[in-house]
Amino acid sequence: MRRFLERHWYAYAMVLPVVVVIAVLVLYPLAQGVFFTFTNINEANIANPVLDRPATYEGVGFKNYLNVLSGDASYGAFWGTLVRTIIWTFGCVFFHYTIGLGLALLLNREVKGRTLYRVLLILPWAVPAFISAFAWKYMFNAQYGIINQLLRSVGLPDPVWLGQSDWALFAVIVVNVWLGVPFMMVALLGGLQSIPGDLYEAAEMDGATPWQRFRNVTLPGLRSVSSTVILLGIIWTFNMFPVIYLIAGPNPNTRILVTYAFERFFSGASRDYAVASTYGVLILSVLLVFASVYRRALRKQGEVW
Amino acid sequence: MTLDASSLQVVRATDRRLKRSDRSALASVGLHAGLIIASLVAVFPVFWVLVTSFKPDARAVETSPKLFNESSLDNYTRILGGEKGAFLTWFGNSVLIALLTTVIAVFLSATTGYAASRFRFPGKRSLMMSFLVVQMFPFAVLIVPLYNILIALGLQGTSIGLVLVYCTTAVPFCTYMLKGYFDTIPTDIDEAGRVDGLSPFGVFWRLIMPLAKPGLAVTSFYAFLTAWGEVAFASAFLSAADESKTLAVGLQVFVQQNRTEWGHLAAASILVAIPAVIVFYLVQRFLVTGLSSGAVKG
Repeated sequence: MRRFLERHWYAYAMVLPVVVVIAVLVLYPLAQGVFFTFTNINEANIANPVLDRPATYEGVGFKNYLNVLSGDASYGAFWGTLVRTIIWTFGCVFFHYTIGLGLALLLNREVKGRTLYRVLLILPWAVPAFISAFAWKYMFNAQYGIINQLLRSVGLPDPVWLGQSDWALFAVIVVNVWLGVPFMMVALLGGLQSIPGDLYEAAEMDGATPWQRFRNVTLPGLRSVSSTVILLGIIWTFNMFPVIYLIAGPNPNTRILVTYAFERFFSGASRDYAVASTYGVLILSVLLVFASVYRRALRKQGEVW
Repeated sequence: MTLDASSLQVVRATDRRLKRSDRSALASVGLHAGLIIASLVAVFPVFWVLVTSFKPDARAVETSPKLFNESSLDNYTRILGGEKGAFLTWFGNSVLIALLTTVIAVFLSATTGYAASRFRFPGKRSLMMSFLVVQMFPFAVLIVPLYNILIALGLQGTSIGLVLVYCTTAVPFCTYMLKGYFDTIPTDIDEAGRVDGLSPFGVFWRLIMPLAKPGLAVTSFYAFLTAWGEVAFASAFLSAADESKTLAVGLQVFVQQNRTEWGHLAAASILVAIPAVIVFYLVQRFLVTGLSSGAVKG
């Protein structure tokens, strides 16, 4: 034991603060959250130290899970919401990645004003998300929003973007794509710059067309960056809450799992913590399953990660 | 993930992009056109907020777009003068919280990232895995348990409580990034430092930290933005008193039911965006190298 400590104490001393903070502020709340899913806790029966009221919620077994998984509309129509969440996630990440890659390829060339382009293109990342959300909400307004003014002026139909229709989902996806492209672009640009130039020279020597060079040199060279940022992107987008909440509010057409959990949590007369936590646990399970499948797929292709 | 430090040196030496002369004029035009369109899309919303911020609220909702419409600095003077809530106090709170978060999160993730990069110790793999899992749980749902804990710790309603909460979001990602960045710094440097009589902490603090500037810049940027723009926790944890609000919470006064003061909101938004853009401008040189070597290593 002493030898063990002697050998590793530097490492543990450096890691310890983070472990403590994560344990106290994430793992413990997480355990408590999981516990809540088996109770009927809500605003009315939670312990309230301010009012000096003890907790009076009780265990209900798997009732919350049964209610949620039944897909009942009064519990957020889980399956429909899950499908919408998946559309939202993959729609966003697909465009983040493809647009980000396209721009990274353009920026990776020698072009006049590269630094300026780069600064301008990263700007959406630097502006706080809630500000961008307000800006887009203003631009998407059906009457005075600039987008509809533009559409009207060229004679196109001007839909009510943020109303009760699937246009609202489309609109929030557009906003989130706008927000998320810079991160992907920067990460992929770095990845492109770490591909050795001789590989391209060799490919050119062998008479590879630009498309072949892209497919056989660029894409494999980006594999490890891509696999990391796509996984992160999917996790982040799946749980992306402020964009939808600030732009569309509690609109059932843009409801994804996280925003519904938050709705259960904060709105309504009886803040239903139990159902909100149940949603949280289900979200975590979906993501865990996804991440392990994703990792296995990567490992099968010889990636150690 | 398998790239080692020596190959990185090679990369730097042979970093050869397509020369401008290799390209036809048509391709050049297409390249610039693509970049210009993308830049316009990226900048336009921010530009439009700027334009709107000078308009009176009543003009901001007119149905024909104009660049100038009774534009003036009135919105700004009214906001800075405190007519629309204690804007400067909110601003101060946000700056304090964001800076504290940045300093603490970057320091914590640098030590952890360094330990994960240089030492083999039992539990390292599960530590890194847990960081990934932490990102998966929707933080919105941790609010009630967290609220209880902050009350128990006596930190509820204080800036420190909020800083700690933000650190839990920022630290995992920053640790991943910095571990990746530290991996690109040759271990020979550590060994040389040890031979010269530095302790492991000395090596970390005096040798590695200065070399890791790009990585540190990116993680600071990330941590700062995490804290600067956060809405959910700030609304839930800070007391309703005006003087404890952050900007993200305070700004919601401009978005009342059915009636949004767009002119004022836009002006306030510009004021909020300025510090973030300054921080961004300071680190943007480092963004590409810092982020990629982190992400490459995973």
